[in-house]
Amino acid sequence: MIEFKGVHKWFKKLHVLNNIDLFVKKGEVVVVCGPSGSGKSTLIRTVNSLEPISEGILSVDGVNVSDSKTNINKLRTEVGFVFQQFNLYPHLNVLDNITLAPRKVKGIAKKEAEKFAMELLAKVGMENKKSSHPSQLSGGQQQRVAIARGLAMQPKIMLFDEPTSALDPEMIGEVLKVMKDLASGDITMMVVTHEMGFAREVADRVIFIDQGIIVEEASPEEFFNHPKSDRAQKFLKQVLTPMQSE
Amino acid sequence: MSATQFDLSVVLHGKYAEWLYEGLITTLQLSSISCVLAFFLGLNIAIMRMTSFTPVRWFAQCYLEFFRNTPLIVQLFFWYFGSYQILPKPINDFLNQYNFEFVAAVIALTFYTSAFIAEDIRSGITAIPKEQMEASRSSGFSYLRSMHYIILPQAVRHTIPPLINQFLNLTKNSSMAMVIGVGELTYQARQIESQAFKSFEAFFAATFIYICISFSITILVTWYDKKVLNPLGKGTP
Repeated sequence: MIEFKGVHKWFKKLHVLNNIDLFVKKGEVVVVCGPSGSGKSTLIRTVNSLEPISEGILSVDGVNVSDSKTNINKLRTEVGFVFQQFNLYPHLNVLDNITLAPRKVKGIAKKEAEKFAMELLAKVGMENKKSSHPSQLSGGQQQRVAIARGLAMQPKIMLFDEPTSALDPEMIGEVLKVMKDLASGDITMMVVTHEMGFAREVADRVIFIDQGIIVEEASPEEFFNHPKSDRAQKFLKQVLTPMQSE
Repeated sequence: MSATQFDLSVVLHGKYAEWLYEGLITTLQLSSISCVLAFFLGLNIAIMRMTSFTPVRWFAQCYLEFFRNTPLIVQLFFWYFGSYQILPKPINDFLNQYNFEFVAAVIALTFYTSAFIAEDIRSGITAIPKEQMEASRSSGFSYLRSMHYIILPQAVRHTIPPLINQFLNLTKNSSMAMVIGVGELTYQARQIESQAFKSFEAFFAATFIYICISFSITILVTWYDKKVLNPLGKGTP
């Protein structure tokens, strides 16, 4: 579904992604983790070309993303993206946030789009907030709406860029639950997160990335119990026992 | 003696009142037409000013510098007299049948005001976090459609207070159209003055009318902002 072949990315002189080779199967749930500044966000942002790659080949659903002839807008309709800061449209209410792209990009009739939006809102437990505006919702609620907004395009792939990092601790659970339900379906997911519990429970595979290099790539079982590299061991020690680390 | 006494009734009844009324209508027409045109032109210039395509950006920049940095009165003369020399005779004849002074004034006021509005809207657009654009692009919207559905509706809200200013300025600036013979409010007040020597009364009435128009604009735009654009208002659709 998603294939990186020798992908590099530079921000000016900074080498953010270094020779990435990665294949994500259809329906697979891949968790990407690593220390901050490791390039994990950049990695998933390249998938829908929010960050164009500098070198290599990246194909998504059989389409070459870096080819200038590729209709990137069309590809993006098949790839949902959930941001750390939710990025709901503040001038629209919940229902309009969800139905805008299906209606205006895909040309789906308003009634039909709203019917599907209500199904999605029920799925994320937000059906009673359809007329609220984003500023009236808590962070966790906003993120659940943002997930529904992504799903409204019926994408084949969902990308999550640290979806719980901006949330208060008591709201993390409600968002993770929605993502967990989603992961049990047949959608392909790439998730950047520090929630190791989620990774352990839901991921089919964990990618550990450091300084733009994929250092480790393993099943959650293997990654958490027997990390091979020093860097992964050190990272896990820090995220799993944050109180004891310096 | 009588000419020096303040007697407002002269301009409140009869033909002078009619003149003022005609002037008021012309001022309203001139301002409202220019206002709508200047807003949409300014919107486009603002977007052109922000595109990544360099020639378009430069064109917008030149447009802004040209129209912001020349006096309105010069621009009025330019469109009114200059166009006679540029345009072919048949077009001039055609325009002359249809109140060419008015058209020239609309053109001048529109271009002049659009330059200021464009800058206000541009600063409104830059105030919108770039993540809004990312979110909308991620859903498959093109750059221009993202502007249309996501960025501009928010940016215009940020732009309301400076826009009120521009609309007020436009209305007051429309008085300059008198120099090319547009029969707007100031022109009519001037006519009354020269016919009846009632300069104080005539300009007192004109001043009062201008204030009423300005207040109405402020109230109208503030109302629109609160009721229609404010996302937390009760009546939001």
